[in-house]
Amino acid sequence: MTISPTVEPPVVTTEPLLDFRNVAMQFANGTIALSGVDLTVSRGEFVTVVGPSGCGKSTLLRIASGLETASEGTVELATKRIGYVFQDATLLPWRTVQANVELLAELNKQPKRVRSAKAKEAIELVGLGGFEKNLPRELSGGMRMRTSLARSLTLDPELFLFDEPFGALDEITRERLGDELLRIFMEQQFAGLFITHSVAEAVYLSTRVIVMSGRPGRIVDEFEVPFDYPRDPDIRFTPEFAALSGKVSHALREGHA
Amino acid sequence: MSTAVKSAVTSTQPATVKPTRKGDSLLSRFGPPLVVLVIIMAAWYGIAGYLLSIDKAFLLPLPHVIISDSFFPANGAKSIAPDLLRSLGLSTQVALFGLAISIVIGIVWAIVMSQARWVERSLFPYAVILQCVPILALVPLIGITIGYSFEARILVCVLISLFPMVSNTLFGLQSVDHSQRELFQLQSASRWTVLTKLQFPNALPAIFAGMRISAGLSVIGAIVGDTFFRRGQPGLGNLISVYASRVQTAELYAAVITSALLGVVIFLVFGLIGKLAVGRWYTSA
Repeated sequence: MTISPTVEPPVVTTEPLLDFRNVAMQFANGTIALSGVDLTVSRGEFVTVVGPSGCGKSTLLRIASGLETASEGTVELATKRIGYVFQDATLLPWRTVQANVELLAELNKQPKRVRSAKAKEAIELVGLGGFEKNLPRELSGGMRMRTSLARSLTLDPELFLFDEPFGALDEITRERLGDELLRIFMEQQFAGLFITHSVAEAVYLSTRVIVMSGRPGRIVDEFEVPFDYPRDPDIRFTPEFAALSGKVSHALREGHA
Repeated sequence: MSTAVKSAVTSTQPATVKPTRKGDSLLSRFGPPLVVLVIIMAAWYGIAGYLLSIDKAFLLPLPHVIISDSFFPANGAKSIAPDLLRSLGLSTQVALFGLAISIVIGIVWAIVMSQARWVERSLFPYAVILQCVPILALVPLIGITIGYSFEARILVCVLISLFPMVSNTLFGLQSVDHSQRELFQLQSASRWTVLTKLQFPNALPAIFAGMRISAGLSVIGAIVGDTFFRRGQPGLGNLISVYASRVQTAELYAAVITSALLGVVIFLVFGLIGKLAVGRWYTSA
């Protein structure tokens, strides 16, 4: 299914930050990971992609970030400030929280004073103030993911790519981090593209949910999420939420069959 | 000699520094090996006592006899302590020099190989060959071609202790997590930046583990060089040869135990250095 004008979210007034047109991906070994993907993400949008494992969701992000090049179609990016949050926290174990968060700015050759201040700010923003001097091994899984999030925030990203970042966390931590992420989303006004295999997480976090089929990954359906931000965690238990989650789950099952 | 060769072969897999588990009391750490030591000493006294009774004490002298004969000899003979200390000093010097050279060459060699697949393919076989060639067979050759100097002894040490440094460093450089590499790639980090800020720090635990293995091997190298050369400045190996040829068993045991202790001390020191350097962040799974 392609994006028709009627499902364009009303909040979008700016140009799209990320635009995929008819993107396909075939790997050197012949595996077709994606086929005919059209996808637009604009400022103020938080788009979530759900799909069965191995459907090429991650490939989508890797193409968007430039880690892979699509074998077909066009990809347009309107920004260079891209944050990428990996499945695991990917912290450098020999660096403290502060030094880990400074890493990206350091790689971009920003002066010490600037990156230090920026890292402090990001650490406060993700609620890790006081843990600057700790090493990753001393942190819980959730705190490591917060550190990873803070590290990406130092880039002031306009487009934020999330590759199942909370997949390895327990449910309570996962929900709490989801709420934190939404708070940061409202403060920073980036465009988000979030990959997950959890339908509830997708509906709760995003403005739009995209459902992908099994390999080769295609977009099979797309749902606008009508809930306003800030979202009350309790909307998860409303009939509207359940109904929408049901629809997404159905689409997921049909796409997989 | 066969044990030396065996340990050189078996101990070269990439090993890792194990941190001490928390909650280990002094007793639970040192108690068991002390019990084993007591058992060994008891067995020693038992066997040596038996040999003494059948008039073959020269095969295995009683432990306290080794000490008294070597350092507090009766009837006007000289203590071997000055000789032993001088040899110990020389062998330590040879071993440490050789180790230092191995560390530098090994790390550089591994870094060069880590930079491109084809370089690794071209150079790694030679590291393996170096490991497979029985170095002991080369020692007489080294003596004949470049002499019996300090440098020749160091060369033997380097040849024996180089491989663990090469293989461990290479393993450490290459075992960087895929997504960490991509994290750097996303910021268009240069090769140099990836090496210095990601690969090298990541390799440090493996490098220190390699250093510990190489340290033990370079002590072996120092002593092996001596025993084969039998001339030049007398290290512990020379001393061992001399006592063996004169069947001075007590002195021979004293020299052997001293070289064993040198190996253990160097091994422990490098283990400690490794722990101080990376123990804070590195935990083996």
